[in-house]
Amino acid sequence: MENGPIHILLADDDEDDRLFFKDVFDELKINTVVNMVNDGEELMEYLSRNDNTLPHILFLDLNMPFKSGLECLIEIKKMNHLKDLAIAIYSTSASEKEIEETFVNGANIYIKKPSDFGTLKKILSEVITINWQYQTSGLNRDNFLMSI
Amino acid sequence: MKFYIKYDFNAACKKILEEQLDKAGVSYTLLGSREVEIKQSISTKKMNLLCVGLGNYGIEIIESQKNILVQKIKDTIVEMVYLDETQSPLRASDYLSEKLQYSYGYLSNLFSEVTFTSIENFIILQKIERAKQLITTTEFSVSEIAWELNYSSVAHFCTQFKGVTGLTPTVFQRIIKKRRKLLNEETDNEMIVDTKNNKIKDS
Repeated sequence: MENGPIHILLADDDEDDRLFFKDVFDELKINTVVNMVNDGEELMEYLSRNDNTLPHILFLDLNMPFKSGLECLIEIKKMNHLKDLAIAIYSTSASEKEIEETFVNGANIYIKKPSDFGTLKKILSEVITINWQYQTSGLNRDNFLMSI
Repeated sequence: MKFYIKYDFNAACKKILEEQLDKAGVSYTLLGSREVEIKQSISTKKMNLLCVGLGNYGIEIIESQKNILVQKIKDTIVEMVYLDETQSPLRASDYLSEKLQYSYGYLSNLFSEVTFTSIENFIILQKIERAKQLITTTEFSVSEIAWELNYSSVAHFCTQFKGVTGLTPTVFQRIIKKRRKLLNEETDNEMIVDTKNNKIKDS
């Protein structure tokens, strides 16, 4: 793990958002492997298959068809092998109530989707960097909350 | 019933280290809490056994010189954040270069190269981490915590906390409390279900 790539998973039903996201990681200087799923049900299936490498961090869109991000979050937090997975909520809305609700249910990061590429790049790079410190420096994950 | 736990990391890690080294059957000397000297050469099989055994506890063996030095920088920073105000150094850069016997420029470049972040940011992160720990495990007020962590003012502390987490200390505290309450409720519900099941089994 010390110097290997960072595995990233994104669950988002919007194709443009997925492309945007992929472009950002292609441009960042951090060594990453990005996988994507298109909705909540696909996500839960992906996470329960044994042959997939578990991601270091999951970016989760709140508004998805079939199964919402919040439903996924609650399910993931009940699964023993996923307890330590860092979860970043990735949403267009950012009401204080919504942010607090996802944190209380176990999310670590709340990202309000920015409208321009430059800001997205800055935000994602910051999130990955901070998450990496939690992964490698023995910081307490229970206290890992970040709203950006 | 619930209780908080205070750990002595060094004592716990030393004990685990000794147990795993004994289990792997190597003869060794512990040099402080972070270094181990192995007397004879060690077989690949024993080394793997040791890596897996320690890995279960989140303990990792570091071999590359670069990573060893980065780990030493991190350990020194954590140690520095926990010093009390009378011992706390004025400048972190002086403290680090004196402790580790390298120029700050060298340490700073190496650190950024390996960790994707700067020493300055890592120090802030560790201070905020300590603040989070105080917020969640003690009854200290925000101003007491700012004082405890050597911030020049409460406002400066709150700004830095918000800068790192995006939340104010008060909101952070409220969320952690609610989360704990939710987890406790879930465990309580599981217990109710369990007793019901047992009753069914009994009858």
